[in-house]
Amino acid sequence: MNENVVLNAEDVVAVIQRLAGEIFHKTGTEPIALVGIQTRGVTLADRLAAELASLGANFVQGTLDISLYRDDLSNLAALPHIESSEIPFDVEGAHIVLCDDVLFTGRTIRAAMNVLLDYGRPACIELAVLADRGRRELPISADYTGVKVETGAEDYLRVHFQETDQEDRVIHYTPEAT
Amino acid sequence: MSTHNPVQTRKDLLTIGDLSRDEVIQILDTAQPFKELFTRSVKKVPTLRGKTVLNLFYEPSTRTRTSFEIAAKRLSADVTNFAVSTSSVVKGESILDTIDTLQAMQVDYIIVRHSCSGVPEYIARHTHASVLNAGDGHHAHPTQALLDAFTFREVYPDMAGKRIVVAGDILHSRVARSVFEVMHMLGVEVATFGPATLVPKTIPSYVRLLKTFDEVLEFNPHVLYLLRLQLERQKANFFPSMREYHNRYGVTMERFKILRERGTWIMHPGPVNRGVELVDDVMTYPRTLINQQVENGIAIRMAVLYHLTPEEQKRLPLPEEIRS
Repeated sequence: MNENVVLNAEDVVAVIQRLAGEIFHKTGTEPIALVGIQTRGVTLADRLAAELASLGANFVQGTLDISLYRDDLSNLAALPHIESSEIPFDVEGAHIVLCDDVLFTGRTIRAAMNVLLDYGRPACIELAVLADRGRRELPISADYTGVKVETGAEDYLRVHFQETDQEDRVIHYTPEAT
Repeated sequence: MSTHNPVQTRKDLLTIGDLSRDEVIQILDTAQPFKELFTRSVKKVPTLRGKTVLNLFYEPSTRTRTSFEIAAKRLSADVTNFAVSTSSVVKGESILDTIDTLQAMQVDYIIVRHSCSGVPEYIARHTHASVLNAGDGHHAHPTQALLDAFTFREVYPDMAGKRIVVAGDILHSRVARSVFEVMHMLGVEVATFGPATLVPKTIPSYVRLLKTFDEVLEFNPHVLYLLRLQLERQKANFFPSMREYHNRYGVTMERFKILRERGTWIMHPGPVNRGVELVDDVMTYPRTLINQQVENGIAIRMAVLYHLTPEEQKRLPLPEEIRS
C-alpha cells in the first residue's frame, strides 16, 4: 500500500478549529447538541466541544453506537462489539450536529439518523466530518467538512487521533500499481 | 470495552458449558446497551428486522415465554407462538415432523422449552434455525443463568472471589445447574443448600455442600439465591411438609433479620412461593433483586438473540442468474 499523509498533526488541529468556527458562525449561542458516532466521531465531537467552549457556544454532548442499526449485520463474520449510546438531553426539538471522522458511503450516517429519530423528533440534524472521501451510496452530504479527498474504491482513508491512536494524522492508503 | 476480541458466530445456545468465558462476558457486555434502550421513548432497534422468532413451548411457561417475546420484538423480529396444547402435537405429530414443518416456514430462531432433557439439542441438529434452550427437563436453562450473572455483576462488577449460595430443590432444578456453571466460570465461589433428598450426588465438585442454615450464615454469601420449590414436581415425599421445609430451609423472619443486617442480596428466579422459600417481608426488602432479574432477563435474551447466527438458508437466485 502507498501511504500519503493528507493532514499532519498541525493540520488536524487547524482543521478542527476551522470546523468549530464554521459551526459557531452559523449557530452562535443558540443551543446545539454535538453527537459523536463511536468511536472516532466521539473524539471529534470532544475536540469540537473544546473549541466551541472557548468561543462561548451553548452546547450539550452525546454519543451514539450504530451497530444495532447497521444494514450489513448478516454479512459479517464476527459481530461488532456494541458500545453504549448516551443521549443525555431531549432530542425533541433539538438542533443536532452529528460528528464522524470519515464520510464514505453514507450508510453509517443513515444508521445514526435512524437511532436519533428513535429518541425523538429533532428540529434539525447537521453533519460535521473531518474527512470526506466521496463514493457515496446514499444521498447524504456534510454541512461542515474538514478536508475532501479523492479516493478509489479499494483505498483506505484512516483518521488517527491522539486520544485513540497516539497521534493526530489523516492518511490515505492506495494499493500498489500492478 | 472495545478491546475484546470478536467471538466467532455461534448457531445455538443449549447449555452454559457450550460457551467460552469470553463469550459469556461478551453476552453480558452486550446486554448493557440493550438495557439502556428501555429508558428511551422508542424501545426498539431494527437489528432483527425481517427475521422470524418462534416460541416452541412444550411445557407451560408464561414468564420465560413473555420475556423472550418482548426481547425478540424489541429487536424488531416477528414473533410467533406455537402453542403446543392446541397444535398437532396433541394429535400425535413427532418432534421431527414438527421441525420439518417449521423449517419449511423459514423460521430463523426457535426458542424451545420441553420437559425432556436434550430435546433442544435434538431439534438444533435438525434445523438451520438458531435454537435457544429455554429450559429442558432437569438439564439446563442457560438464559436464566446468564441473566442471573448479569444481575450479580450489576451489584458486584468484579465477581471474582464473591460468594453465592444456591438453596432449595437442586434435584429438579435446571436453573441450579446452569447457575452453578456460569457463576463458577466467572470466578464466584459457589455453595449449595437444600434437603438431602433434593440435592443430587452429581453436583459439580467445585460446589460446596452446606447442610444447615447455620452453615449458610457461616459461609456468609454475598448473594443468597433461592430456588422455587416446584410444587408440581413433588410427587414422591422428599420432605414432610411445606411448613417443615420453610422452617429448615427457607428464609424465616428470624433468618431474614440476620441477612438484612448483613446486607445480603436475595435472588429468586420466580414465581415465588411466599411463606415457603421466603417470608413476605423479603419481597419488599431493598436488596431483593427479583424484579431486576425480570427486567435484565429481557436485555440478556436480546443479547443472546443478537449473539446467535442462524445457518445460511437456501437463498433465492439473483436476477442475473435467472436471466443466464
